[in-house]
Amino acid sequence: MMKKNINNECTLDQAMEMGLTEEEFKLICKKIGKTPNFTETGICSAMFSEHCSYKSSKKWLKTLPTSGDYVIQGPGENAGIIDIGDNQAIVFKIESHNHPSFIDPYQGAATGVGGILRDVFTMGARPIALMNVLRFGEISNPLTNHLLSGVVKGIGGYGNCIGIPTIGGETNFNQSYNSNILVNAMAIGLVKKNKIFYSAASGIGNPVIYVGAKTGRDGIHGATMASAEFSDDTESQKPTVQVGDPFTGKLLLEACLELMKTDLILSIQDMGAAGLTSSSVEMASKGNVGIKIDLDEIPLREKNMSSYEIMLSESQERMLMILKKGAEDDAKKIFKKWDLDFAVIGKIINEKKIILKKENKIVCNLPLDFLVNDSPELSREYVIETSSKILDNKNIIKKESIKSIIYKIIKNENFASKKWIYEQYDSSVMGDTISIGNKSDASIVKVHNSEKGEFKGKAVAISTDCNSKYILNDPIEGGKITVAEAARNLIVSGAKPLAVTNNLNFGNPEKKEIMGQIVGSIKGIKEACEELYTPVVSGNVSLYNETNGKSILPTPVIGMVGVIDDIEKIIFMNAKNNETLFIVGQDENKFDGFLQSSLYQEIFCDDFLGQVPPINLKKEKQLYDFITKLNDNNIINSAHDISDGGLLPCMIEMLLLYKLGININLPPRIKTPNKENLLFLHGWLFGEDQSRIIISTNKPDELMEFSKSENIKIYCIGKTNNTGVVEIPKYDSICINKCLDLYNNTIPNLFS
Amino acid sequence: MRVAIVVFPGSNCDRDIFEAIKFISKKLPKFIWHKETNIENFDLIVIPGGFTFGDYLRCGALASNSPVIKSIRDHASRGGAILGICNGFQILTETKLLPGTLIKNSVLKFLCHDLNVIVQNTLPSPFTWGFKPNTKLNIPIAHNEGNYYVNGNELKKLIFNGQIAFKYEENFNPNGSVENIAGVLSENGRILGMMPHPERSVFSHHNSLDGRLFFQNLIEQLLS
Repeated sequence: MMKKNINNECTLDQAMEMGLTEEEFKLICKKIGKTPNFTETGICSAMFSEHCSYKSSKKWLKTLPTSGDYVIQGPGENAGIIDIGDNQAIVFKIESHNHPSFIDPYQGAATGVGGILRDVFTMGARPIALMNVLRFGEISNPLTNHLLSGVVKGIGGYGNCIGIPTIGGETNFNQSYNSNILVNAMAIGLVKKNKIFYSAASGIGNPVIYVGAKTGRDGIHGATMASAEFSDDTESQKPTVQVGDPFTGKLLLEACLELMKTDLILSIQDMGAAGLTSSSVEMASKGNVGIKIDLDEIPLREKNMSSYEIMLSESQERMLMILKKGAEDDAKKIFKKWDLDFAVIGKIINEKKIILKKENKIVCNLPLDFLVNDSPELSREYVIETSSKILDNKNIIKKESIKSIIYKIIKNENFASKKWIYEQYDSSVMGDTISIGNKSDASIVKVHNSEKGEFKGKAVAISTDCNSKYILNDPIEGGKITVAEAARNLIVSGAKPLAVTNNLNFGNPEKKEIMGQIVGSIKGIKEACEELYTPVVSGNVSLYNETNGKSILPTPVIGMVGVIDDIEKIIFMNAKNNETLFIVGQDENKFDGFLQSSLYQEIFCDDFLGQVPPINLKKEKQLYDFITKLNDNNIINSAHDISDGGLLPCMIEMLLLYKLGININLPPRIKTPNKENLLFLHGWLFGEDQSRIIISTNKPDELMEFSKSENIKIYCIGKTNNTGVVEIPKYDSICINKCLDLYNNTIPNLFS
Repeated sequence: MRVAIVVFPGSNCDRDIFEAIKFISKKLPKFIWHKETNIENFDLIVIPGGFTFGDYLRCGALASNSPVIKSIRDHASRGGAILGICNGFQILTETKLLPGTLIKNSVLKFLCHDLNVIVQNTLPSPFTWGFKPNTKLNIPIAHNEGNYYVNGNELKKLIFNGQIAFKYEENFNPNGSVENIAGVLSENGRILGMMPHPERSVFSHHNSLDGRLFFQNLIEQLLS
């Protein structure tokens, strides 16, 4: 079909097959003053796809705060950049590879990692860490094991080989992801502030260079696939999944960084989604110039590829660069050393157009402004739905002991240790890893060579978070909590939160309630990012995560980056013997706890619909300042955020490493067992009230004084001991060894 | 103390080794690109970990045909010291500078975690002498093909000669290697291949400092 009429005018049917609507096709014809041919239509359709144009979300994304004193680059480039002092900057971004990973878990996940790494090193940064956020269907779904194993192998397959440590993330399971898993990969890189590279093309007549792997037929029109819902014939889409080659990725990384040390190169961009199309269009349009490419010069892996296929291929490990005139030979030497293809494929022109030539014929001639600026921005209808359900005494489980409840929470797949997963990733290569999220709430890597004499160096801390239950039950409040939890994880690790990358994963935005989840959560994220001074500097949107009309849980993932000015101030999460545990931020008068939307509710009640724990961002910020002050005064020995599962499970996590015990000091109202009080008891132990942190200290008196002078509520839980038993007086005793066994062995038992 | 670090396309622990040796010896090691053919006068050649040539065909197989290998062989025949870590170990078995072969972990998964290796009672070797036999060193592993295999006769020979340098603890063998072997010496004790990464337990921010002990001892032994 394609080859015969590729240079003829495209029909409406063909355009619609490529994902354009009738309206969009008509707009294109009108704006360019002709009916586009097949190749041109393919290019327009890719640029207009949700993946490239953000047409459903653009209106709302614009409202996010994106600037700040230390923001060097906000959204709109390959990745965001923040200043961390000492002429150093951190480059980071998160990106989804959801649809390909469901079709081919290994390749989908591997190329997700490869793609996000290129986004970071294309800016001149050496990647220093990888994170990933994964969502799978329920454990009992036979596909889950296959998908999880494939995705984990794929992430490791790429990250391990290229030699960048994978240092954290999160994995959750819910039936809504049964037929639509989520694979969000985040990369963090380090760059010298004066050696950052951007994508805007410049210099009329300057050569356009193609480097990296050859172009094949893999991933053709992947951006469009990523913008469509799944149906039962998903299997037939396999050819649209790209194939990754981490070895070539490694060579490309080293070659690009070597070239960037010279002054031969002006700008560079990864050929990511929509391959050569989006990279050439975006580079030229950002530079306010045009671009002319001779498709016969593109290194091809397969014979007889059409202009359409070449432009829409998403073959991996390729970059587009603009060099200074005359720099071609010197640059070529570097790529030859690394055995990579290097081809001069065109030049920068004055006229703001993309002109493509093949076999001496013009096969595409499109105005650039139109492709970038006139891509649609939709005002989709939306309705923000919230749940007002409240749990009362009759919803509370009465038959089970505290012991049995806590064991069930710990062995829940959404709470248990994901060690079985993360041990399959190389987390210590590059030698700078400090915590992979098992020793502290945030993942931490040292800034390479930042130590000097007595000073032990500084570090970068990263946290990724999303609690979909909260978003589902209240998109706005849920959005705020997601940001706050990420920030809290950094704070309790001794870091200063700086900026955010987000990955907004949702269902079909054409449905009002799904659009409401998108709009609501962006509103919440906006408010929290403003209040907590963490601007959004990069991100990605993944919509149409639906199969046969059933949407995934709303999953707007936040990846937050912070800095630790002195690695000796890092706070770890494991308490030691004979330390006093306090809840910081807990109002002792409000001990009824917030069980709605909790993990407790998810496990023990029929559903998890309900109100979302309220969050006061001003108080949240005060809490951060307080924790930072305590840390500056060496009062904190260890700290852990209270999140999924509530107080008791999170406190037990702090006791696991050294197998400690504690005698819990219960609030007066629940000191004496009483059936009427069960709601309060369970609420206190398992409620997920926000803005609370558990800390351990050897200086309880100083802590109490600080809390008075700063007016922050604290509550003393008790002193750790080496009995290995958590005593809840008059209720139950919990064995830490049993907890440890369930915590560590649940996931291996499920998946081995 | 002159140390060479051989870099192949796909090596990825070259910088880590560089930092470790620089920190401990206070001297700068030299990177040697795999196409170089003239490497002389080094006290130690290190072949670092990574995925040379993508580990395509077989781990270490393509690297073992690189131009630099001839010089490494020459260095070995002069009795020079060679340390191969992880993928470097695989390259040394592929070149037959060390006996045996490394196959897929028995669990069929890549594994990365800290573990203990136990120093064995070996023939004279700069890599092990200086440690009391049975010393435990806490050093991380990170590999997919670390399952060391030799046939029964060769294993007997290794044991008889004292060529087994390191073993994993009984019941904590991560990869199914024969005799829990984690590291093997050449017949003259001058070449060591090991799966664990001592360069990842050198600095104070690492989980252990036992890799520092390993390198300190090695440098002392080589200089003495």
